[in-house]
Amino acid sequence: MTEHLLGAPDTWLDEHGAALYKYALLHSRDEHKAEEAVQETLVAALQARERYAGEASARTWLVGILKHKLMDMFRYEARMTTLDDRGEIEEGIGLDDGLFDAHGHWKDKPSDWGNPEEMLERGEFMTILQHCLETLPNRLSRLFMLREVMEEETENICKELAITPTNLWTMLHRARLGLRRCLDRNWVGQAA
Amino acid sequence: MLTCKDASRLISERHERPLSFRERWGLRLHLMMCLYCRRFERQVALISRALRRLGRQTEGVMEGSEFTPEARERIRKAVANHYDH
Repeated sequence: MTEHLLGAPDTWLDEHGAALYKYALLHSRDEHKAEEAVQETLVAALQARERYAGEASARTWLVGILKHKLMDMFRYEARMTTLDDRGEIEEGIGLDDGLFDAHGHWKDKPSDWGNPEEMLERGEFMTILQHCLETLPNRLSRLFMLREVMEEETENICKELAITPTNLWTMLHRARLGLRRCLDRNWVGQAA
Repeated sequence: MLTCKDASRLISERHERPLSFRERWGLRLHLMMCLYCRRFERQVALISRALRRLGRQTEGVMEGSEFTPEARERIRKAVANHYDH
């Protein structure tokens, strides 16, 4: 019965390959890595298909495996990070320097973005948001996506990447400050 | 009294952890008086919702690069090596 819901393994690539690939590409931002992640996902799924309980759709199940693969990849890259890079991210040099004046007031005052519902429906918002994610330091944006797009638990991220919660909160905050400013500057603020 | 710098940090951290009683009140007081931090609060919430929505659409919304037939074929071959029947 579960086999029926999952479909035959040789149909996975045709039925879910494109969706998995796009998901992987969104997170890895690298075609080769995305391809590798999809491949590893399908292999892992093949090996784990006996354990598929049928409580999730085949797509959801495969995306779940893909998330783990992407997390592994991310963790590996984080480990490869040199101390210098790590410092840059954790200190967030250049990101929130200059965002506030000596009294802690906004320098780039957040502008009015209008109606949030309307913003979400506009395709350009997503396009610019993705562009802005790319302007963040690479690992900072990955980390933010891990938290916000993949909705990974804070504890898991800290455990996987061996960082403290305070450290993680600081990085996520810097990502938010950077993204907000980028959106404000690139389009949103002007449209309001 | 919280500065905008402090308040923005709390607004951000509220997405990660529950704030203490003291922090909540401090932030509330600041937000009552600060238009820019109220805007920041809404902007951060909007970014979060937009990204969560993106993550739940497993049909990608990514622009540009498509899943090419060549990539599909490479994956098919690689996976076939692991296919035991």
